[in-house]
Amino acid sequence: MTFQQVTLSLAEGFLENCRLFLETLLFSIPLGLIISFGSMSKFKPLSFLVKIFVWCIRGTPLMLQLFVVFYVPGLLFDTPMRDRMLAALIAFVINYACYFSEIFRGGIESISKGQYEAGQVLGLTKTQIFFKIILLQVVKRIMPPMSNEIITLVKDTSLARVIAVGEILLAAERFAGKGLIWPLFYTGAYFLIFCGLLTILFGYLEKKLSYFKS
Amino acid sequence: MSFLKVNHLEKHFGPTRVLEDINFELEKGQVLVIIGSSGSGKTTLLRCLNFLETANQGSFSVGDEILFDAEQTYTDKQIREKRLKFGLVFQSFNLFPQYTVRQNITLAPKLMLKEKQLTAEQRKESLAQIEQKADELLESVGLKDRQDFYPCQLSGGQQQRVAIARALAMSPEILCFDEPTSALDPELTGEVLRVIQSLKGGDRTMIVVTHEMGFARDVADRVIFMADGVIEEEGTPDEVFGNPKSEKTRAFLAGVH
Repeated sequence: MTFQQVTLSLAEGFLENCRLFLETLLFSIPLGLIISFGSMSKFKPLSFLVKIFVWCIRGTPLMLQLFVVFYVPGLLFDTPMRDRMLAALIAFVINYACYFSEIFRGGIESISKGQYEAGQVLGLTKTQIFFKIILLQVVKRIMPPMSNEIITLVKDTSLARVIAVGEILLAAERFAGKGLIWPLFYTGAYFLIFCGLLTILFGYLEKKLSYFKS
Repeated sequence: MSFLKVNHLEKHFGPTRVLEDINFELEKGQVLVIIGSSGSGKTTLLRCLNFLETANQGSFSVGDEILFDAEQTYTDKQIREKRLKFGLVFQSFNLFPQYTVRQNITLAPKLMLKEKQLTAEQRKESLAQIEQKADELLESVGLKDRQDFYPCQLSGGQQQRVAIARALAMSPEILCFDEPTSALDPELTGEVLRVIQSLKGGDRTMIVVTHEMGFARDVADRVIFMADGVIEEEGTPDEVFGNPKSEKTRAFLAGVH
């Protein structure tokens, strides 16, 4: 087994991690925004239910949620999950949407009431106030916690291994099974490089938004 | 015939009565100054007129139009239209930090324009008008050279002058000021007060809540002194400042001088 073969085989696995990462972001950010609106709703029963849901998701291990999504449809409804990647994606999207929703809520609630009122007295609609005035200020404020959470997500994608998604750690374990232990440690390099790139990207975005203070 | 008429306006937050039976009238082009100690209801009164609070009782009208009647309920859309009769300048400026000075002024007029059904030609013309009006307003508050700055690059006094221009961009019938200089360092209040003073004249009707008594006396056509949610005294500046009838007014004026 040459170094090159191992590198290639791990890269194939890491591609799955990247796919899970990107698709999770794509769906969990909009879903997180919807959940944050739910938890801020003035209609108490709705905000209560949403908060209970967020508590359940944040209060249980992601690994357990992976098991639930993967096994429960088969056990209870006799429709086994065939697509392991889909099961992982569903669990990740729900889990991360809940974490994101709390970050969004914190960001939205931190914007002063005066910004809304200034928009109101100028005759703007609620939608205009949110998208034209509030949103960018929220984005700026939630940048640091979001980059934190997103970097955590990169590494969490390897949890999909527990339902046998063919990601990088599973690939490395195959080598370990054949008595080759170093590929397992080598996987760390993939995560380090990916997270390094993300850190540079977030630094750039934060700088882009530094032209105003809010 | 009075331009602004406020009738029996009342506002309470839970059991706390903040405004009680507020009645006053204002002619077009007049400046009304409202004075009084903190918690006397001045700000709440302005907020009721601007539909930021909903009064529990009473009504008010501008021109022939009854804008608000506590007996009625209004949709968001109706309120949006009604509140444009008024403009409001806040104590804490509340400029939009991500927009330049010029964008702060043109944002609302441009969004308003988007909602209208216009031909491309008309739209272009209206946009040109908005920009031209922004030029005039920037000139009148003396910030033409700062039009591309962001609010965080301006002093408090400059920010407040932008906020005044932003309110005027929507051409309100009545412009309200809620303690426009209270958040400013003393050396910056002068520039803001001068701008407000310069706006007086013609058809521009204004209501100013302020603690600057010298300014109040200079700029006001009418003065209202409020205490504990009621209008304690009302009259010309000479009457209220020179010869106050109420004991409370006298005590207040003695306290602030």
